[in-house]
Amino acid sequence: MRGMITELGHFALILAFGLAILQTILPMVGAWRGWADWMATAGPLASTQFVLVALSFGALTWAFMTSDFSVVLVIENSHTLKPWLYKLSGVWGNHEGSLLLWVLILAFFGACAAWFGGNLPATLQARVLGVQGAIGVAFIAFTLFTSNPFLRTDFPPFDGRDLNPLLQDPGLAFHPPFLYLGYVGLSMAFSFAVAALIEGRVDAAWGRWVRPWTLAAWVFLTIGIALGSWWAYYELGWGGFWFWDPVENASFMPWLFATALLHSAIVVEKRETLKAWTILLAILGFGFSLMGTFIVRSGIITSVHAFASDPERGVFILLIFAIFVGGALTLFALRGAALEAKGVFALVSRESALVLNNVLLAVASLVVFVGTMWPLVSEMVFGRVLSVGAPFFNAAFTPFMVALALVLPIGAILPWKRGDLGKALRDNWGIAVLAVALGALAFAVQTGRSALVPVGAALALWLVLGALADLWGRTGRQSWGDRLRRLTRLPRADWGKATAHAGLGVMFFAVAAVLGWATEDIRIAQVGESFQHNGYTLTLTEVRREQGPNWISTTGVVEVTRDGRPVVTLYPEKRVYPAAGMPTTEAAIDYGLTRDLYIALGDPQEGGGWALRTYVKPFASWLWLGSALMALGGLISLTDRRYRVAAGARKAPAQATPAE
Amino acid sequence: MRRLILILCLIASPLMAVQPDEILSDPALESRARAITATLRCVVCRNESVDDSNADIARDIRLIVRERLVAGDSDAEVVQFMVDRFGEFVLLAPRATGTNLILWITGPALLLAGLGIAFATTRRRAEPARPLSAEEEARLKELLKQ
Repeated sequence: MRGMITELGHFALILAFGLAILQTILPMVGAWRGWADWMATAGPLASTQFVLVALSFGALTWAFMTSDFSVVLVIENSHTLKPWLYKLSGVWGNHEGSLLLWVLILAFFGACAAWFGGNLPATLQARVLGVQGAIGVAFIAFTLFTSNPFLRTDFPPFDGRDLNPLLQDPGLAFHPPFLYLGYVGLSMAFSFAVAALIEGRVDAAWGRWVRPWTLAAWVFLTIGIALGSWWAYYELGWGGFWFWDPVENASFMPWLFATALLHSAIVVEKRETLKAWTILLAILGFGFSLMGTFIVRSGIITSVHAFASDPERGVFILLIFAIFVGGALTLFALRGAALEAKGVFALVSRESALVLNNVLLAVASLVVFVGTMWPLVSEMVFGRVLSVGAPFFNAAFTPFMVALALVLPIGAILPWKRGDLGKALRDNWGIAVLAVALGALAFAVQTGRSALVPVGAALALWLVLGALADLWGRTGRQSWGDRLRRLTRLPRADWGKATAHAGLGVMFFAVAAVLGWATEDIRIAQVGESFQHNGYTLTLTEVRREQGPNWISTTGVVEVTRDGRPVVTLYPEKRVYPAAGMPTTEAAIDYGLTRDLYIALGDPQEGGGWALRTYVKPFASWLWLGSALMALGGLISLTDRRYRVAAGARKAPAQATPAE
Repeated sequence: MRRLILILCLIASPLMAVQPDEILSDPALESRARAITATLRCVVCRNESVDDSNADIARDIRLIVRERLVAGDSDAEVVQFMVDRFGEFVLLAPRATGTNLILWITGPALLLAGLGIAFATTRRRAEPARPLSAEEEARLKELLKQ
C-alpha cells in the first residue's frame, strides 16, 4: 500500500510532464493564430498540472514521514529516530527532492497566473502560461530523467542513513523553500518579459503585474538568504554570517537583480519608460536564478555546500540555462528596440535616480558573478589556478553598496520627471550632519580601530533618518496635526519603501558593528575556573554527556555573570550523529539587543580542560532585524491598494492620487 | 550504548579553527597572524580560510605563519612563503597581476560603461522642450477654444 502511494506520485509527475508539454504548445499557438479556444486551454492545464505535481510532492512527503525505506531517496536522507520536522525537511534536504519542490512552486505560480490573471489581455495571459509551461517541461524532464526522487529498491533496509546533520536544524529546514519561492517567483517576471517581447507591447498594466511578482520573489529571497546567514552564524561555530561562498553568491546575485528589477518596474508602471531595460532585468534575474541552480547542483565550483555535485546534471541545467536565457536574449535583441518609451525625464529626476540604483546593483551583481566564476575561467583559459574568496569580494563589492547608500536618501525624495538636486540636498542637510556626527562619535568611542564602524554607523543613520524624512516629506506643508493624520493615510507603498530602506540602514550598521567591534577569546578553560572577557565573568562549571533523539552531545555548562550579578547560563554543545557519522557544533548564544554573547565548546585538552571560544558580537541581532525590516517593507508594499484594487487593470486608473 | 561510545571515539571530532595552544603571547604578532591567515585559503577545503578551517593542514599553516612572524618575517614575506609552497591557489584575494587584472578591473569598468550608457540615453530622452510648430500652435488654439 505504501509502495503504491509512491508509484502514484511518480505517475502523477509523469502526467504533469505531459500536461506541461501541452501547456507550452497549445496556448502559444492559440495566441499566435488568434484561436480563443486554444488559448483557453492554458488555465485548466496549469491548474491540473499544479494538482498533479502537488500529489506527487505529497506522495514523496508521505514516504519520508512514514520512513518508507523502499524509496532510495528516503534511505539516503532519513532515519526513523529523526524528529518529524526533519523528516519533513528531509524531503527537500537533498538534490532530487529539492528539485521536486522547485517544480511544485513553479506549478503553483503558473496556476496563480491562471487563477488571478483573468484581467490580463487574453493573448498575454496565454503566452505567459505558455512560457511557464516550457520552464515546467524543462524542470520536470530534469527531475524525471536525471534526478528521479521516486526510484525504489527491492531490498529495503531496516533503517536509513539519516539526513546530513548540518541540515537538521530549524533555520536550514526552511532556508531552501524560501530561496526556491524567490528563484521561481522570478520565473514569473521572466515569463511576463518573454510574453511581452512576443506581443511587442509593454505598458503600465504589464508593470503593475510584474512588480508584485518580483516583490514577492524578492521578499522570499530576502527571508531565505537571511535564514541561511543566521544558520551559518549559530551553526558553524565562530559567528560568521556571510562567507562569499559560491553557493551563497548564487542566491545573492538573483537577489541583487530582483532588487534592481523591482525598482525599475516602478518606473514602467508609473512613467511607462525604461521598458526595454526592465525586460532585460527580468530575463537576467531569472537567468541568474538558473545560473545559481547550475552552480549549486553541478558542483562545478567547489564549495562547502556540495551535497549534490554531479557533472551530468550540470550539463542538463546548463542546457536549460542556454535555451531559456539565450532564447530570451535573442528575442530581446530582435524585439527590444521596438518597445517605445512614453515618459521623458530629465537628468535629475526620480527616474534617473532609479537608473543609478539599477546600474549600481547590476554592476555589483556582475562583480559577484565574475568573482565567483573567475577561478574556473582562469584555470580553463589561462591555466592559472587560483582562488577568489572573501577578501576579494569585500574589496570589490563593498564600494558599490557604499555608493548606493550615499545616493539612496537623495534619490528617494526626487520628484518624477524633473527634480531639483539642490533642494533635495537642502532637505536632507540636517540628516547628513547628524549622520556624520554619529560617525564621529563612533570613532571617538572605539579609539584606534578601523574606520569600518564609524563609516557604517554614519551611512546607517543617513539611510534610516532619510527613510523617515522621506515619509514625513510626503505629508505636505500643513500643521503638524494635519501632517500626522496624513502620515497614517499615506499609501502602503510609501510605508513599505521607508521600512525597507530603513532596514537596509540597520543592516549597514549591523554588518559594520559585527565585523569591526566583535571581540574574541580563545582559551583552555578548566572546569570550575573563571575568566574575564569584555566585562563578563565566565565559568565553565561542568561538561556532561547528553543523549538526543538521534544524536549524542558533549555539553558544556557556562555560567556568565557581570559585576557579580548572574547574566545567563549557556550550554554550548558538540554533537555527534551516529547514523550519519558526522559531528556538528551547536554554539550557545545569548541574544541581546546590543550584543550577542556567543560561546562554542571545543575539544578536551591533553593537560585537562576544554578549548572554549567566547565572542561578544555587538549588534549582531540587528542583522536579522535589518533583514526582517527589508522583507516586511516588501510585504507592506505588496498590500498597497493599487495591487489589491487595480491589479492588472488594462489602463492605468485615472485616480487623482498624487504620484509619489 | 557501548556501540555509540565506540563510534564517538572513532569519529575524529573537528578541531575548531584557531586552537588555544596556537595563540602567540605577543598580542601584536598574534593579530598580524590572524590578519594573514584570514587571507590564506585552506588548500584542501572548499572555500574556507586557514583562520576558519578545522583541517589539519590549516592548523599547520597557522603554526608556520606564527613561526615565521616570530622569526621576524614581514607580513608580505610570510604570504610569499606560502605562495612559494602552495602557489597562487593559497591566496583568497588573487593578486592584481597579468590576466587577473581583468577580474579586478571588471567592477570599475562596468560601472563606467553603465553610467556612460545611462547618461547618454537619459540625455537623448530628455531633449529640451522645443517650441511648438505653427501647425501645433494652431491645433492648440483650436483645442483651447472648445
